[in-house]
Amino acid sequence: MSFTINDLAFVLTAGLTVGAALGVVFSRNIVHSALFLILAFLGVAGIFMELGAGFLGLVQILVYAGAISVLIIFAIMLVMNVEAGHTNLPNSSRGIHLGGALVALLLTISLGAAIWRSELSAFPGPQPVSDTVGALAELMLGRYVVAFEVAAILLLLAVVGAIILARGVEEE
Amino acid sequence: MIGLIHYLLLATILFGIGVYGVFAKRNAVAILMSVELMLNAVNINFVAINKFVQTGNAIGQLFAIFVIVVAAAEVAVGLALIISIYRLRKSVNLNDFNLMKW
Amino acid sequence: MINMQNILNISWLIPALPFLAFTLIGLFLHRWPKIAAAASILAIGGSFALSVPLAVKVFTGSPEQVFEISARWLSMPGLRVDMGIMIDPLTAVMLIVVTTVALLVQIYSLGYMDKDPGLSSYFAYQSIFAGSMLGLVVASNFGQLFVFWELVGICSYLLIGFWFGKESARDAAIKAFVTNRVGDFGFLLGILLLTIVFGTLNYSELAVRLAGYNNMAVLLPISILLFFGPMGKSAQFPLHVWLPDAMEGPTPVSALIHAATMVAAGVYLIARAFFIFSQSPQAMFLIAVVGGFTALFAASIALVQNDIKRILAYSTLSQLGYMVMAMGIGALTAGMFHLMTHAFFKSLLFLAAGSVIHALHEEQDIWKMGQLSHKMPITTWTFVIGALALAGIPPLSGFWSKDEILLGAYAGGYMGLYILGSLVAFMTAFYMFRLIFTAFFGSNTHGHHSHESSPVMTIPLMILALFSIVAGFVGSPFMDNIFGHFITSPGAAHHEASLPIMAVSSLIALSGILLAWMIYQKGIISPENLRQRFSGIYQLLYRKYYVDELYAWLIAVFVDGGARLLEWIDLKIVNGAVNSLASFTGWSGQTLRYTEDGQVQTYALYLLAGVVIILITAMWAVFAALV
Repeated sequence: MSFTINDLAFVLTAGLTVGAALGVVFSRNIVHSALFLILAFLGVAGIFMELGAGFLGLVQILVYAGAISVLIIFAIMLVMNVEAGHTNLPNSSRGIHLGGALVALLLTISLGAAIWRSELSAFPGPQPVSDTVGALAELMLGRYVVAFEVAAILLLLAVVGAIILARGVEEE
Repeated sequence: MIGLIHYLLLATILFGIGVYGVFAKRNAVAILMSVELMLNAVNINFVAINKFVQTGNAIGQLFAIFVIVVAAAEVAVGLALIISIYRLRKSVNLNDFNLMKW
Repeated sequence: MINMQNILNISWLIPALPFLAFTLIGLFLHRWPKIAAAASILAIGGSFALSVPLAVKVFTGSPEQVFEISARWLSMPGLRVDMGIMIDPLTAVMLIVVTTVALLVQIYSLGYMDKDPGLSSYFAYQSIFAGSMLGLVVASNFGQLFVFWELVGICSYLLIGFWFGKESARDAAIKAFVTNRVGDFGFLLGILLLTIVFGTLNYSELAVRLAGYNNMAVLLPISILLFFGPMGKSAQFPLHVWLPDAMEGPTPVSALIHAATMVAAGVYLIARAFFIFSQSPQAMFLIAVVGGFTALFAASIALVQNDIKRILAYSTLSQLGYMVMAMGIGALTAGMFHLMTHAFFKSLLFLAAGSVIHALHEEQDIWKMGQLSHKMPITTWTFVIGALALAGIPPLSGFWSKDEILLGAYAGGYMGLYILGSLVAFMTAFYMFRLIFTAFFGSNTHGHHSHESSPVMTIPLMILALFSIVAGFVGSPFMDNIFGHFITSPGAAHHEASLPIMAVSSLIALSGILLAWMIYQKGIISPENLRQRFSGIYQLLYRKYYVDELYAWLIAVFVDGGARLLEWIDLKIVNGAVNSLASFTGWSGQTLRYTEDGQVQTYALYLLAGVVIILITAMWAVFAALV
């Protein structure tokens, strides 16, 4: 087995994603964290592309990197009340910080070990890219149309709820 | 050479970083961002397995889309909540919110 | 007339009649004291009337003849107790002694207790005591004996504390009962061992199973434990402390129970169980030593006592020691013989003393009596007869029985015990006549206020005096020692009468009387001088060797100390455990509340930690292999 270009692409993208994620979590400036988050989203979009889910990758970029990230940055702007460098400090409770670190580590290691020692590597590699949009459309508007509609209503609710929460209920 | 395992491992690592972020930060927005990381890791899982294990259809991708939808809604509402609390308490530091204390 | 065989068949009436009287008095006759007294006396009289022909039948037959009837009473695996009657010569002797003395004492009580408000109760107790004592004597097995043994103890308690208004009487009753209990505890253990090892408590069956059994490791503990009973009941050292205090009871009670019958029950037991004791020489030696020591110990205390009843009580202790010692050296015949004669002359002495006390309005100090011989001749001379018998002057009964004991000691090779016994005989004669010369012939004029007692009291005195004179002949060489012919046992010692021994013991007794006469009647040696010169010994003897004080100290240290220890355990340990449980709950609550800090991240951490633990546990195989 040889190390192909595909593999290199994966390694680079994966490394980018992981690095960005670490940046999100370890940065002391919340704006930096937000930017790292955008980078992470882009990395994930790249992973999707590699997996042949082109449509999904684009959706990822549009929604996540485009809308959600902007939303987050807006919110940051609204709630920033200290100087930027101190906005994203680590947890003041050392116990929770270290406990969380330990738990995260254990989780990662155990799941990773389970995956590594499983027989999932026996599965064949990715198939050639097919018409993903059409397939998705068929599913979404065919068998899973109810879920599709429900998702739409959910978004509506979220919008309404966000507006009410953010604006506050006015006393008449 | 890169197989399912590597994608799954990537997802696991991302998930772990997200978990760490939930506990390691005191800013509520930062915690929300960590949750987003976790959701992204889950999405990678869905798509990878869809591509490698269950290849006939695009169910995994569909579900990933739905996850994105839900994540968006959640972020919106969550940030609205944070702004709302900020207006009241002038702080987004989670350690200041201990109303559930004994 | 009544068929002789029938007598044996209705022999169960002998103990039953007094019990019947007790029931009648208790249930119906309580309000009429005179009728109650009559019922009680009739009952014991009936028992006496039945005992005499029965004794005649027994003593005209063969010594080995035994009559027995029994009915099963209690039966469970490992323990079987029957209720039955066994009549053999030993039983017959005891029946005669008990019924005679009990009858005379009850008649005497009519006069002594005449104006007492509790007369009905008194006779009720007398009846149940008589019934219990008779039941004890006719018992066919150790279980039944123990039941009546305990009953007799209860009666003793009731009668000692009869005047329960007096605190000293109450205390004395409790002391008697508790001390007896200590002895009975050992006794019961012995009985239990017997039933465990041999499976039966019946005398004849045990004798059969014991023949040829020589496992000393079993027999010795059994013997010693069984001996605890007589130690308590017959007041041997160190369980003797209750008998002097028992004088708090009415004098007829002292005469009957604490001189003639109940305290003799212990000696009777040793005779009954002789076939067990005689198998272990160490136990026999222990019995002899305890008896001899008690005899000397009590006699020495009696030398300096001033209360007439106390002197007689210590004399009883001393004579009981004699009997026990006799049993211990194998002279079963001598011991039982002395029991019989002692019952007669000691009860006589007590009743006469009661007559004096009654006449002098409850005065009991001999130094406050005197010149009684002038106003109370019958009492005086019957008392003197009794004292002569006790001192062992021939030809009175006490001489024959005491001499046989001394003979047994000398001929059996127990020289130490012979000398001890002779010394005690000397002391006995001395202190008895110290009493007589002081109280009856002394120079004090208190006796002038007295008058002779009524016939209902003096006639029993005379009858007992008669017995004190003649009862000894059944064991004397004149009648070929017919007593010993019947009262004997395998393993008991027999010795030919020896004239030198008789002469020596008579001389010892006479010299004791002479010394007493010199000091107390003629004043050749002054008692005050003696008291001052030997003041240390005097104090020791007067305070009864401080045994009571020692016991009080032991109880304070061990019983109270033990109670205090248990109280500490209860408060600190038991209570502490409960309290600490409660305080632990409180502490855990106070500590655990810090987990609720109101921080979302904390709660999320708990959740996730639980998930990770479950995950790792579920994937333990994988995880362990990785590590």
